[in-house]
Amino acid sequence: MDLSFSPEHLAFRDEVRAFILTEMPPHLRAKAEVDAHFEHHEVMEWHRILHRRGWVAPLWPAELGGPGLDATSRFILSEELELANAPALSPFGLAMVGPAIIQYGDDAQKQRFLPKILSGEEVWCQGYSEPNAGSDLASLRTRAERDGDHFIVNGQKTWTTYAQHADWIFCLVRTDPNAKKQSGITFLLIDLKTPGVTVRPFLTIGGTPAFSETFFDNVRVPVANVVGAIDAGWTVAKALLGHERTLIAAVGAIGRTIRTCKQIADAHDLDQDPVVLAKIARLEIRHRALQMTNYRALAGAQLGHAPGPESSILKIRGAELVQQAYELAMELMGHDALAWFPEEGIVPELEAGIASAFCYLRATTIYGGSNEIQKNIIAKHLLGLS
Amino acid sequence: MNFELTEDQRMIVEAAAGFAKRSPVARMRGLRDDAVGWSPEVWQQMAQLGWLGLALPEGVGGSGGTIVDAALLVEQLGMVLAPEPIVTSLVAAHAILAAGNKAQRDAFVAPFVEGRASLALAWAEGPWMRYDRACRAVAVQGDGGWRITGEKRFVLEGHTATHLVVTARLAGVEDSVALFVVDPGMPGVTVRPLRTIDGRRAAHVKLDVVVPEDRRLRGDGKPALDLALDLGAALACAEGVGIMRTVLAMTVEYLRTREQFGVKIGSFQALQHRAVDMFVETELARSLATAAAIRVDGDDATERRLAVSAAKVQLHESGRFVTQQAIQLHGGIGITDEHDVGLFFKRMVALNAIYGDADYHVARFAEGG
Repeated sequence: MDLSFSPEHLAFRDEVRAFILTEMPPHLRAKAEVDAHFEHHEVMEWHRILHRRGWVAPLWPAELGGPGLDATSRFILSEELELANAPALSPFGLAMVGPAIIQYGDDAQKQRFLPKILSGEEVWCQGYSEPNAGSDLASLRTRAERDGDHFIVNGQKTWTTYAQHADWIFCLVRTDPNAKKQSGITFLLIDLKTPGVTVRPFLTIGGTPAFSETFFDNVRVPVANVVGAIDAGWTVAKALLGHERTLIAAVGAIGRTIRTCKQIADAHDLDQDPVVLAKIARLEIRHRALQMTNYRALAGAQLGHAPGPESSILKIRGAELVQQAYELAMELMGHDALAWFPEEGIVPELEAGIASAFCYLRATTIYGGSNEIQKNIIAKHLLGLS
Repeated sequence: MNFELTEDQRMIVEAAAGFAKRSPVARMRGLRDDAVGWSPEVWQQMAQLGWLGLALPEGVGGSGGTIVDAALLVEQLGMVLAPEPIVTSLVAAHAILAAGNKAQRDAFVAPFVEGRASLALAWAEGPWMRYDRACRAVAVQGDGGWRITGEKRFVLEGHTATHLVVTARLAGVEDSVALFVVDPGMPGVTVRPLRTIDGRRAAHVKLDVVVPEDRRLRGDGKPALDLALDLGAALACAEGVGIMRTVLAMTVEYLRTREQFGVKIGSFQALQHRAVDMFVETELARSLATAAAIRVDGDDATERRLAVSAAKVQLHESGRFVTQQAIQLHGGIGITDEHDVGLFFKRMVALNAIYGDADYHVARFAEGG
């Protein structure tokens, strides 16, 4: 038993910190310091900076452009980036379709898609959920019918995060309408510029357009864009969902929000208030429990163990703590929490984006498999209840 | 003990429920981007229905009803998020009633009852109100009346108020609170509107203004402010109950109709229990909100303070849980701006922040009121 990182890992952490300090441009740093919302072009700017350093796709094997980091280093990299409040890169290419292509794609797909995901030339979004297929994803109805070398796709996807910025979408589509639920689904890559695709962004309760609905009206997609086997898309999707739950836990982001809470307390002369200090401490302890659980999962992964029960709870608790941290920030802001997209000078700059994020982040316990679904999985697979 | 509605109260609820049917949440949604944020026509209707004067004495044109009456009305209006500034005006009106003389009541409260004016209480300064209600704004007596300098923040509905009831400390009198009626159009008054999380408006108000002697409310400002804010808190609790009842009904309806895995999701026990927890919280908050409204009508200030603080803390806990779970059980659709549940959620966030947040009221309750 040992709670410390190895000297090599500590050295890597210093390297990451130094990199952030020297390489993050001042205009991004200024936003990071006050937790401001990053525009898409700013996220992509940071993407390219990380790409130049070779850190943009920590999960990818070295021969395909990954940095060849071990599990702990990957965690350190992600935690430090979140702590520094660096722009969060879009996960859909780097952490989702990229790994899917690496695992299930053919050589032509690897050559066609992977380099542009790395460079940021092509941005991806995810087409899984539909209006009537949320938690029960396998009930999806978007259908793809074979027409020679093409599929004709018809249907509607929703929660296609940032589709308005994306070039490509990876979709789960029904290719065999007669098959039982999970079978008969295919993992298909669709160019959003194809005729018949319509993207309609909609506002979230945070007041920003984070999601879109995407409509497919007789969209012709080459059969060559199928990843894995036709009718076997569920296998690909399931493998994706299992990828590094540790990253979703957002340990660094929670730590950063706790730091923001302290800054708000400070700004409001509450930094000596015992009630406030106790609230922050409680949150910090919950954060520490999550962090240490994450470390346990990591240490296991480092030794090559299959993910243990500890990794399954990371999504549940991580999602809850993100919400609790923003909730505390809102409480500490007092009346300032009322201000909605305030003009300059209405509230301290640090607080200007909190209310919107606080609202939007109600999504964390819903997306990526709601906490209820996560609990079903744990009950069934870990506790043996069904 | 009697929690039954009187015949008059039943009529209030019926009329308000009828209004709510004609004025769905979509009306408030449409007014979010409007510079005024509420409807002057509806304001007139409310005056004609006698709602603005419901909890005001007959002397100013009101119907002499109770705060319980007003709470019943506000609860119904909360169910459709009606954005008209009734509560904010009532709060300021009661400050005037408590500290003003007959001429002042006639001049400032009566026009509100008739729907010709709206009122706002400008008291908050820093962002925080837990321990510190002390004014930094200061009033100095001189030729031609009182010179008031200072800044008031988050004056709810202050962007449209005809008159502002402003708190200020009297120069040279330590720990004093005096109340003045200031008009936004007076020279030296700057009103900067701002949007709030619930789609409504507030204002930051800068004051360097001279008001005549007859604009000072001569009564003791402290108990008047205290009463006014408690009235606001009690009515926030009533509105919160309306919100909880509404989102609970919406959620139960969703559980009954939404299908996943080939069944109604309401058939899942985990979700049934969550809905039951929401129901329990709603009823607990309703009990304390009712008690708070009754105590605001009463004469015992300590009992009033305890009851209001208890209700406001319960609102924080119940309201937060109920609205958050309403979103959670709606799933992704609950995160969209298009769905009404988010509007209720955000109004609840605002209700919890105004008229004293949970921390303030916990502390006040702990001190014995």
